[in-house]
Amino acid sequence: MRGDLLLLSPEFLVAGLAFVVLGVDLVLRRERPGWLAAIAATGLAGILVFTLVYLWGKEGALYNGTYAVDAYAFFFKAFFLITGIVIILMSVEYVTKHLTRAGEFYSLILFSIVAMMALAASSELLTAYISLELLSFCLYILASYTGDSRKSDEAGTKYILLGAFASALLLYGISLLYGVVGVTRFEDISAQLQLLQGTSTNPALIAAFVFILAGLGFKVAAVPFHMWAPDIYEGAPTPITAYLAVASKAAAFALLLRLFGVAFLPVAGQWQLLVALLAAITMTLGNLVAIGQRNFKRLLAYSSIGQVGYLLMGIAALAHQGSNPVSASHPAAIGIVFHLAGYAVTNLAVFMGVIAFSPPEQEDIPSYAGLARRSPMLAAVITVGLFSLAGMPFFAGFVTKFYLFTAAAQEGLLWLVALAILNSLISFYYYLVIVRWMYIEAPTDPKPLRLSGLTIAVLAVLLVGILAIGLYPAPLVEAISAATKAIAG
Amino acid sequence: MLGLSILLPFAAAFVLAALPAQRSHLIRVFVVAVAAIGLALSIAIFLAYDHELGGYQLREEYRWLPSLGISFKLGIDGISAVLILLNGIVFFAGAIVSWRLQPRSKEFFFLLLLLVTGVYGTFETLNLFFLFFFYELAVVPMYLLIGVWGSSSDFGTFIRTKEYGAMKLVLYLTAGSLLVWVALLALYVQSGAGTFDLEGLQQALRDGAFSTSFQRIFFPLLVVGFGVLAGLWPFHTWSPDGHVAAPTAVSMLHAGVLMKVGAYPILRVAMTLLPEGAQFWAPVLIGLATVNVLYGAIAAISQRDLKYVVAYSSVSHMGYVLMGLATLDPLGVNGAVLQMFSHGIMTALFFALVGVIYERAHVRDITVLEGLSKRMGVTGAFFAVAGLTSLGLPGLSGFVAEFLVFAGTFRTYPILGFLAILGAALTTVYILRLLAKVFFGPLPERWAHLPDATGYEKAAMAMLVVTIVAVGVWPFPLIRVIDGSVKVLLAGMGVQ
Repeated sequence: MRGDLLLLSPEFLVAGLAFVVLGVDLVLRRERPGWLAAIAATGLAGILVFTLVYLWGKEGALYNGTYAVDAYAFFFKAFFLITGIVIILMSVEYVTKHLTRAGEFYSLILFSIVAMMALAASSELLTAYISLELLSFCLYILASYTGDSRKSDEAGTKYILLGAFASALLLYGISLLYGVVGVTRFEDISAQLQLLQGTSTNPALIAAFVFILAGLGFKVAAVPFHMWAPDIYEGAPTPITAYLAVASKAAAFALLLRLFGVAFLPVAGQWQLLVALLAAITMTLGNLVAIGQRNFKRLLAYSSIGQVGYLLMGIAALAHQGSNPVSASHPAAIGIVFHLAGYAVTNLAVFMGVIAFSPPEQEDIPSYAGLARRSPMLAAVITVGLFSLAGMPFFAGFVTKFYLFTAAAQEGLLWLVALAILNSLISFYYYLVIVRWMYIEAPTDPKPLRLSGLTIAVLAVLLVGILAIGLYPAPLVEAISAATKAIAG
Repeated sequence: MLGLSILLPFAAAFVLAALPAQRSHLIRVFVVAVAAIGLALSIAIFLAYDHELGGYQLREEYRWLPSLGISFKLGIDGISAVLILLNGIVFFAGAIVSWRLQPRSKEFFFLLLLLVTGVYGTFETLNLFFLFFFYELAVVPMYLLIGVWGSSSDFGTFIRTKEYGAMKLVLYLTAGSLLVWVALLALYVQSGAGTFDLEGLQQALRDGAFSTSFQRIFFPLLVVGFGVLAGLWPFHTWSPDGHVAAPTAVSMLHAGVLMKVGAYPILRVAMTLLPEGAQFWAPVLIGLATVNVLYGAIAAISQRDLKYVVAYSSVSHMGYVLMGLATLDPLGVNGAVLQMFSHGIMTALFFALVGVIYERAHVRDITVLEGLSKRMGVTGAFFAVAGLTSLGLPGLSGFVAEFLVFAGTFRTYPILGFLAILGAALTTVYILRLLAKVFFGPLPERWAHLPDATGYEKAAMAMLVVTIVAVGVWPFPLIRVIDGSVKVLLAGMGVQ
């Protein structure tokens, strides 16, 4: 038992770090918010190294198989730790300038990292649910952190109400499912569902899938459950918007992948079309509505809804075409995680650009006019990020999209892939409009923009990340391939 | 050597990015030097290709993403060898002509080098993933190249802003690449070979993986997708607007070389991998191509803007390329490839000349420009050469290429052959009118002080003129290289 608990040490350490940050905040009062960030970021970096060394190649299942320590969870642990470090570094200046109570801010981020790590590791419905709630609660507070801003208050309130509603739906779906199969562990569910194969379609089961999909659809902002996303993206402090767009989405997909790739796979025929249609409307609506946006953060919200559509297409592709499969499609699983990773780096770069450029009241796209002359580096990084999101070559987005789309085409979803490709064109248009403002229009305020050393460093690292994945993706794909073997292939 | 030719402009772009922006002279010298090395490499590659041996040569292969059947695999045949040579020449000429480009020249050349990387890559890769990669790469820099450094057309009732031209070009070309993407994925899945390797897919074709109905469904997707960039009617409308709005060097490269990046994969991918589809759709394609020729020529006749005349003439001449390809006849396909080369050089020369005139006169309206030859003798003479090439005067490269295309067409679709020749006659109308009015009329006071092209501009354009004449007089070195590969291609398609 003692050996088992040690397998959880990364989670314990991050939680401990959160308390350390809170404690130091008590001592330091409000004078040095930068120190808290330094503690949190170096702490996470240390934990990352420890995790990589200690958990390398370790496998195990804790608490009667409700909590998995496998390659898949290992990959996502590293993913969330790295994202956490970047988010904290992105927040440093923003927090100093615009926010009070830095201690709680950083510790909430740390707690949410614990939640996400648990989410990727849970292999049982209730564990997953509790992890998801822990994550959501952290995010509710963080989203409304700018206490004096009405927009932020509205964002937070909306988020809490709709989030609670989504959780209720999810819980209802879980209880229906339990009513049918009588178990909650993913592998047991899979086994039970295999027994049901060949029998007539069970309405309760369909209802369970619909409710679970709706609940999780809320969390990842899939259409038609996306209404909260633009308001909250706009109202939340920008680093938190980035965090929502990247980390919380990745966590939800980590769960979706386990859920649909393992637990629900035997009855894939009953949900594949549903998920495919959800993907189709999500990507189309997200991209179409993005065209009309004037606020950069709202635009990114809709564009990320479009990205969710692509990822859901991957989920639909987990099921092999036309048969009731024993294991999920490995290329599709790689495609989802790979695209998540590429999307994360890219989106973080774009958001870092937004944070570095705009004070909270200046997020309109026209205010980016002439940015290329005021700060060539900032404009270049945002442009690279947008091109990568659109899926242009050299950049991460091209390869990750190509991989994901190829995998989906392989599983017989060529019609959906064609729609996704059409959506890429639409998204390219509205990204180009932003590029036009930055490069072609004359600046209203010609004075050069000075970036701090930290900002430049973060931008440079993310830029290198985008190019590295875009130009030589093999190492990352191999890592992901090894990680997803745990659930597919 | 092939890898080097892709790496050179790519690496140069990043070296350039590190140079200080104020040192504009250093930047120009650097770019011209890179272009010169590029030209030397292109010539070396062309000469290194052994036409007697045939097949794909100068192979290189690097591991890239094995799990998806993607390796960075390079290799050329005679057709690509000729187009690589074209790219080297046009890029070098374009770099020299852009010598005086002033504002933000560093960013301009950075993007131009990326464009050139994309072109080399498309012509040299033997993996369809990378073909698509480089193909898209040739689109990415275009928006900024036109939007920032381009020029708008304003004729009172007819206004086309550069932003409009840029956006239209990029969206059309991206839309085309989407069709290509879908078709490539379909090929990948259908082959069952789990590879994007061209030769692997050719093997799958021989093993019967692509059924007749599959080929008939996906051939048009590929042809229209690539055809957008090749200026295929009715998807050509981005070309006049985009090429007119673009700065000179970009128009030269884009109309001269990039349109071949569209035509080349029709041959390399669509016809090679889907021969039954090609045979099924050839009558439709050649019909559209004939419309290309005639429509482009008629549209060119009715333009007032000198650059629009050239741009529409370019659309018209790309029609010959597509016609030649669609004949599926050895003569016709040979002519198509030679026309790609000839058209590339000729159009680059045209756009360079228009750039020279526009830079001095600041107008491109042919109702206003008159008698320029008296002050700009060399410019006028070069324009005459380009014009005569365009209408197919014997002794210049256009004649040989178009003659082969006509011959191929007469052997397969005689009626369309007549229409194609009618196109050449229409070309004569707009070219001779243009020459008479703009260059050889009386010289009004307004243009009495225009200086002629500068020495280096003359040198760059003279290089293009020499190429045109050389190919026109002695096309054999090009044709023997092209012919071997065309025979292999057509034999692989099962047509004689």
